[in-house]
Order: sequence, then structure tokens, then C-alpha cells
Amino acid sequence: MNVDISQTIIRIAEIIINELKLEDVTPQTFDPDLDLVDEVGVDSMDLATIALVLRDEYGIRIDEDDYPKLTTVRIIAEYINTKLADDE
Amino acid sequence: MKTVSSLLDDHWYERYKQISKLNIRSSIYDVTDRCNLRCKGCFFFSSGEHERASEENDVNKWHAFVDKEMDRGVNLAILIGGEPTLCLDRIEAFYKRLPTFCATNGLIKVPRDRFPDMMVGLSLWGDEEDEKALRGKDTFKITSANYAGDPHAYYLYTITPKQLGKTGKIIQKIEDIGLKVHMQLLSNDEDVAGFSWKPEELIDVRAEMDAMLDAYPKTVISSKYYHQIITTGQMLDRTFGWMECPSVTELIDKREPRPKRLTNFIRWASDLKTVHRCCTSETRDCSTCKDGAAHMSWVMVNKRAHMRSTEDLQNWIEVYEMFAKLYQFIPW
Ligand code: SF4
Ligand code: SF4
Repeated sequence: MNVDISQTIIRIAEIIINELKLEDVTPQTFDPDLDLVDEVGVDSMDLATIALVLRDEYGIRIDEDDYPKLTTVRIIAEYINTKLADDE
Repeated sequence: MKTVSSLLDDHWYERYKQISKLNIRSSIYDVTDRCNLRCKGCFFFSSGEHERASEENDVNKWHAFVDKEMDRGVNLAILIGGEPTLCLDRIEAFYKRLPTFCATNGLIKVPRDRFPDMMVGLSLWGDEEDEKALRGKDTFKITSANYAGDPHAYYLYTITPKQLGKTGKIIQKIEDIGLKVHMQLLSNDEDVAGFSWKPEELIDVRAEMDAMLDAYPKTVISSKYYHQIITTGQMLDRTFGWMECPSVTELIDKREPRPKRLTNFIRWASDLKTVHRCCTSETRDCSTCKDGAAHMSWVMVNKRAHMRSTEDLQNWIEVYEMFAKLYQFIPW
């Protein structure tokens, strides 16, 4: 499956907004390069929740050791697309 | 959308970034069921926890156990007891592998050639009179001789209602020997007469703890927000208790609905198989629990809830910094 990165970015932003109940932002206005820890205030418990939703949505497992690398929505989207491509 | 940098000025933002990626995951370990003191009000003995399991005596099993704990993601071992210093080989199994904190009554000095930088928390229950009444002896005399000037030791000063108005004298003594102090409150599990908190005393002790932090800012490791939370049980618009507590052992956590913000905490007994309900006694009433670590963790796991305002987020940062200092993740 070859997924357009911008679609993945919008979907991940949507998941994060829903899961973290973020206000005053939409998937379209969410800056994909915003640092999730340093700016959004995400912690490892949030990442674990988000990882579960992504697992269900994309059928991929996000290794906990990879959490520290997943610092922005764009990086998560690239990570997912790479995993999906590897699975093909 | 509120972002961290929109809430904080540069100074606070730098402080935030110093701790934001620490991701501390602690668990608590009973190193032994024995102690060289028998304090009135000690939850470990009063609730019979020392009889729940028989100690694992094979030190190799302790080493293997710590490896398994690290695989589980634990990156801070908090050693309690009984008295951990009765079993230095077991302490070493932790210390050789991961950041380790040892809570001790301080009567036996941790040998610094073997554990040069292990953080040691020295329990102290008050002035000479209270120490004698509750613990049978004034431990400060011994612990101050053992640890004066030690950069990796601090006093864990358990304030009792009888200490109201007297904390300054003790903190001055601690400052004089070059150590730091962190204050916590006694949860009087044995109902020792005169040592249970009345509501008006909790108001007074909060004011006194605040005043100590102002008067001894280099010696007292604390935060006014922590004082507020531990004395009121209130954080933001929530009330501390069983359904909110983050320090419940995950293996036996049957709460419904299960709190979402948990860090895989476990408190292990000294057989390395049995687990205890939480970081303190199973017999303790959660509605009156004053456990300091549980209250600190409660704040720490709720970071984004504190992104309501600049003040809330600064409060969160101060509590996290306090914890990180007490366990040597950042310098004093
Ligand atoms: S020194 Fe600590 S473990 Fe020992 S009896 Fe006193 S409170 Fe309990
Ligand atoms: S007694 Fe205190 S630490 Fe234990 S579960 Fe209750 S609130 Fe948490």
C-alpha cells in the first residue's frame, strides 16, 4: 500500500487532536513539524495511547524504544509509511 | 492551541526542556523484612507487610530480577524495607545497573567506596523528643555524624502534627551539616495518640512548609504546589484517592475505570515474587493517605492537565524538578 504522506499527516493530526482533546486546532491547521514533547506537552503515556490507535488503524506495531524518535506528526507519518512499505 | 512555549517565558521554557524528556519510570522494592529500629507508625510493620513474603537470600536471583525489571522499562529503583542497609549485596544488584535510591534510617552508613554516588534518603521523624517517642532514639545524632557534607544524601523529614512550630530548628540543624531536606507528612497508620492530622493543623503545616522553603531555599528541596496538594489532597479540580492514585501496583490493579495515566508501577516484596497493593501500606485509607511519592507522581503524570495556564504549568515544572533532584536526574 503506497499512502500519500500528506494524507497520513492529516490522519495522525486528527488522531492526536482527538486522543489528547486538543482545542482550537484542526487536522488541517496542526503544524506537522511542531515538537510534540517540547510544544504540545505529550509524554510517554500519551504516546502509548496514540501508538495503540495507530496500531489499530494501520496494523503496525510501534516499538516503545522508538517513542523518543517520534517527535513530530511528520516524523510519525514517515515512520508509518516506511513500516507499511516494508510490509508490502 | 496552547503550546508549552506560548505559556512559558524563555527561562521557564528552558527549565521545562531540561525535564520534559526524562520519562522517569520508578518501582519500589522491599530489600528486606528486617529493621534495626521499630518505629511507632511504621506502615511496613504495623500492616504486617514484613510477614507477607520470605526474603530471597540468593543474591544471584536479585541480579537476574533487576535485569528483568529493566526490561520492563524501570529506570529508577527506589529501595525501601525494612532497612535496606542490612543487605548491601542486594542493594548492589540495583546500584550496578540503574539509578538507585536507598531509603534508610541512616544508622548504618552506606559504604561510599562501594556506592560512591548512590542517593540516600535519611528518614527523620522530628526533633529529639519526637524521635525518641516514635522511634526509641534520636537518630539525627547518629545520621548527622554518618552523612554530614555528603552530596548524595538528604533528609526525608516526616513532619508530624507535634512538629508544628518546630520545623525551623530542625532544618537549621540540617543546613548546618551541609545536607538537603525534603519534607513529607506522617500518615499515622497506627493511630498513635496525638500524631493524627486535624484539618486546621494541615492548614498550619502548609503555611509552615511554605515558610521553610522561603527561609531555606538552598536546603529545602520542595515546592509550594506540592505543599498545597499534600495538605489538601486537591489538584486542579480533582481529589486525590484510590481512583486517582498512580502508585498502585499494575499487576493487581483492578480499578474500574482504570486510570489512564499510569507508568507500570510495581511495589515488590523481598521474595521478588509477591507484590504489595501500592507504594505504601495496604491497610492505609486512601482518603487520608499522605504518601509523598504518590502525590508527587500524581502531579507528574498529569502534565497536559497543567497546560491550562502559565501558573499551572510552572507548578507542574516545579514538582517534576523536585522529584528529578531528589532522585539525581538533575543536579540540586
Ligand atoms: S526505620 Fe523505617 S522501616 Fe524501620 S521501623 Fe522505622 S519506619 Fe519502619
Ligand atoms: S494508600 Fe495512598 S498510595 Fe496507596 S493506593 Fe491509597 S492513595 Fe495510593
